Amino acid sequence: MPEYSDKVMDHFTKPRNIGEVEEPDGVGEVGNPVCGDMMKFTIKVKDNMIEDVKYLTFGCGAAIAVSSMVSEMAKGKTLEEAKKITNKQVAEELGGLPGNKMHCSNLGADALHKAIEDYQAKAQASAG
Amino acid sequence: MKTVNLDYAAAAPLDKSVLEAMIPYFTEHYGNPSSGHTLGEKPRKAIEKARENVGRLIGSEAKNIIFTASASEANNLAVKGLVRAGKKKGDHIITSGVEHFSILNQLKGLEKEGYRVTRLPVDSYGSVDPAQLEAAITDQTILVTIQAANPEIGTIQPLEELAAIAGAHDIPFHTDAAAAAGWIPIDVEKSGIDLLSLAGDQFYGPKGSGALYVRRGIRLMPLVEGGIQEKGLRAGTENVPAIVGLGEAAKAALETMEERAAKAVEMRDRLKESIFDAIPNLHLNGHPEKRLPRNLNVSVSFVEGEALLMRLQMAGIYVSSGSSCTSQVLKSSHVLTAIGVSPELAQGSLQLTLGPESSPEDIPYITENLAEITTLLRNMSPLYHQYLKEGKNNA
Repeated sequence: MPEYSDKVMDHFTKPRNIGEVEEPDGVGEVGNPVCGDMMKFTIKVKDNMIEDVKYLTFGCGAAIAVSSMVSEMAKGKTLEEAKKITNKQVAEELGGLPGNKMHCSNLGADALHKAIEDYQAKAQASAG
Repeated sequence: MKTVNLDYAAAAPLDKSVLEAMIPYFTEHYGNPSSGHTLGEKPRKAIEKARENVGRLIGSEAKNIIFTASASEANNLAVKGLVRAGKKKGDHIITSGVEHFSILNQLKGLEKEGYRVTRLPVDSYGSVDPAQLEAAITDQTILVTIQAANPEIGTIQPLEELAAIAGAHDIPFHTDAAAAAGWIPIDVEKSGIDLLSLAGDQFYGPKGSGALYVRRGIRLMPLVEGGIQEKGLRAGTENVPAIVGLGEAAKAALETMEERAAKAVEMRDRLKESIFDAIPNLHLNGHPEKRLPRNLNVSVSFVEGEALLMRLQMAGIYVSSGSSCTSQVLKSSHVLTAIGVSPELAQGSLQLTLGPESSPEDIPYITENLAEITTLLRNMSPLYHQYLKEGKNNA
């Protein structure tokens, strides 16, 4: 087992915001079972703000902690702010991740961005 | 906190008798077995006694046993040693797709040197079909190397049949018996096995102890050249305490094999029944009957192995997994892939290996924790939610 920071262990053992928001405004999925990690983020948007965010994650300790951290970082942020969250920042907030986990498990920000893009595409389509 | 070790394949405590036998060879009998004077005498005799005990475990004469530091080393000495000796002309080696990395990786290296390697497929239990071995043999085949039993999923190969086929074509047959030796009866003479690797730490001997059986008449080139220790096949001063420990462990394993195996099988089957009753969508990996007594390997649908392993550790339960995240190369187990397990189920695999401190009294504790952790992780798994939505039995 890799050496995880206390912060990672905290989020792994007590993951925040698990689940799927009801009638999501945006959905973003990344990963697949072959690489070992999958994340599905669902968001609720109100007045250009992420009002609620939840996730489902199949993956290792790092993947679960990353998902939990991303959900905390994104909640209450404007879409523009949330889009600026990077995988690197997430890893930093978690007190670092083992080197071999940086690539495969650290996809939470990507999943969040996909959910935002999904919302924006839908919003544009209904506006058009 | 209560602890339950279910990872005895990784490491197990020494038998007390093994440790006691070893200790004098660190201190009072510290001599070098190659010395011409008296100090070398006791260590030399101890090594020969160990050689007899290891030989007896696998039905061999003592003189055909070469001590090594691991089964990995024995595998390398067997394969590379035989190929380099070049007694039989040819460039073709046959193995299986579920071998240990100490076979697979050196064969990759030999391929780069121009040798051709056939990796026989296995069925969904991990068994090699003897007919496929027969079909793969050519007049260029110089070696067949197939494990006695799989260390991960426990499946026991039809060793006698496989060895007989190689023997009928006059091709040396090597078997990696690291997981099998000490746990199931092996007789190299009766089975027609030409080379066999074993590891002492797999049957409660010390780490850093291993051996290679080499049938008389088989020529090998040493990996380590130097002095004439181990018939010149492994230069370097002998690790006398480790060899003594290996010998004692082999003796104990032979004397108590039936008892140890029966005890392990009984608990393993009860543990299996208990977790399968408590947790839906579990899958057994490996052969249901033809498997090593102490091995259980299951895949837990919809969840990933490292997360399971970490949560189980928090409950004091130690297991290993074939998931990508728990492997150093970040690839899921090649064994599970070879037997056709889906990527998702390979990620959720758990290898449970019983050992000397395993007790059936721990079964309820193991089951309760595994069930609770599985539910917790499934509730946050997108694959599980998808399964519930689709309501399909595609797990």
